[in-house]
Amino acid sequence: MANPNITELEKKALELRKLALKIIYQAGSGHPGGSFSATDLMTALYFGGIMNYDASNPKDPKRDRFLLSKGHASGIYYSALAKAGYISESDLDSYRKINSERFLSGHGHPKTPGIEIASGSLGQGLSVAHGIALGTKLDGNDSKVYVILGDGELHEGQIWEAAMSADQFKTNNLIAIVDYNKVCQDNITKDLKDLEPLEDKWKAFNWDVHRIDGHNMEAIMNVLQLPLHPEKPRVIIADTIKGKGVSFMEGQTAWHGVAPSAEDYEKALKELV
Amino acid sequence: MKDAATRDAYGQALVELGADDPRIVVLDAGVSDSSRSKKFGDKYPDRFFNMGIAEADMVCTAAGLATTGKIPFATGFACFLLGRTMDQILVSVAYSNTNVKLVGTHTGLAVGEDGPSAQMIVDMAYMRAMPNMIVVQPADWEETVQATRALIDYEGPAYFRLGRPKVKGIFDSSYKFEIGKGRVVKKGSDLVIFATGIMVQESLVAMEKLAKENINVTLVNISTIKPIDREIITELATSHGAVITAEDHNYIGGLGDAVGEVLLDQQISVPFKRVAVNDQFAETGTGPELFEKYGLSANHIVQAVKNTLKLK
Repeated sequence: MANPNITELEKKALELRKLALKIIYQAGSGHPGGSFSATDLMTALYFGGIMNYDASNPKDPKRDRFLLSKGHASGIYYSALAKAGYISESDLDSYRKINSERFLSGHGHPKTPGIEIASGSLGQGLSVAHGIALGTKLDGNDSKVYVILGDGELHEGQIWEAAMSADQFKTNNLIAIVDYNKVCQDNITKDLKDLEPLEDKWKAFNWDVHRIDGHNMEAIMNVLQLPLHPEKPRVIIADTIKGKGVSFMEGQTAWHGVAPSAEDYEKALKELV
Repeated sequence: MKDAATRDAYGQALVELGADDPRIVVLDAGVSDSSRSKKFGDKYPDRFFNMGIAEADMVCTAAGLATTGKIPFATGFACFLLGRTMDQILVSVAYSNTNVKLVGTHTGLAVGEDGPSAQMIVDMAYMRAMPNMIVVQPADWEETVQATRALIDYEGPAYFRLGRPKVKGIFDSSYKFEIGKGRVVKKGSDLVIFATGIMVQESLVAMEKLAKENINVTLVNISTIKPIDREIITELATSHGAVITAEDHNYIGGLGDAVGEVLLDQQISVPFKRVAVNDQFAETGTGPELFEKYGLSANHIVQAVKNTLKLK
């Protein structure tokens, strides 16, 4: 695929942030902070020519896969799926609403086209992604499996079970991205339970470790365009900012799981330009 | 008919079925020699994933494999396969409706000497309560082989409950296992026993004793605990007028409750007793010793039948 223009991708990321905020505002609930920290990463994956997918054929066995293990960031997930063509933008009006035709639940579910597995319980996505990666290898195709993990999610022991497994099976088509926004629901991650030294942890599990600024589109594209490691699974630790793009949300625990008021929504929109 | 543990039948069935069906993949949590999944692993190493002692990871890895069209059999000791993974099963298997077969071996007090932390007596309760999940427990070799095949043909999450000790061969190749169907093993008239797993064998022993006292009961093998065969329960409970259930599981949430729910739903008021673990943890000891001490042996079934008939 042609290397997309970084400026174009940044514009796309802005659109996605606006869309995610709109649907969270309309729903009256949701998770803006963790949606915004993951936005640039997801923009690159879906719109930077990184992932091979065909929204009109969401079950194509040769597709690359994407999993949002930190499923509460569904606001940005559905927004990306809409922009990518899996669902329509009008479907988004039913986000978190009863009788949602596309099943746009607070956390994703495979009833929604483009979603591989249900989420909502942290810690499971890396194992599921690993299973998919093993399955596509058995099928002899070279599908890549991308999974975005939250930083707080790394508190879950199962993440490290999966980290050991992917090393054991040399599952090099598995690419985990840690959305390291430093903020959990209860507290800043460091004070809740510190993850550092995080690169060393993954290295000790024998992964191919990269660390980038998760809001620098060029850095994101560069790392995502690297050829697969010959045998190691890859983790990209992306330093991000919770609530990135809206000054009064940035780095704030308070914006983990609340929708903006009408006033805050208007204020935020003025910043997303 | 073959006398063997259901786990042995499962291991053998996997090897045979795996030959023609590349969709079958098997995972284990580091106990494949005991669960017998090792047989498959030795034959088809590319389709065998030993995840180590990491049940949560195993269940979700199986779910991922299922999304690529594989039919994963995630195997382990029932205590840990389910006990450590309720959340993983709920979200990645049941709710996601992935085609994962969870195979729990070493169930019930029949496990014996390893003690209560290894004797899984709450698994049917766990799994029956979960939407999208079916629960199957075969009684002998033949049924295990047929049920393994049926689970491959069935698309959706399933729990397959297997045992450690050798059990008597009950069915020959004319037997036809079908998911959701109970089967009459022996016909009588005074009372009907609905039994599952190893308790089918135990019930047959009890019935010999009862026959000597001229008490003739019907025995039904309920190998699908969910969805339960409402038809056969309704029909035979009504025609016999007295019901016993028999299971190597706590009396809460297993076969007894499943049958009792049908009786309640159908407004069938008949004398009814559950032969099951009496809501307590057992202890160490051999399987037969535990069956005797904790109320599951043929002697207890005999007594339960007699007590129930008195209420008729």
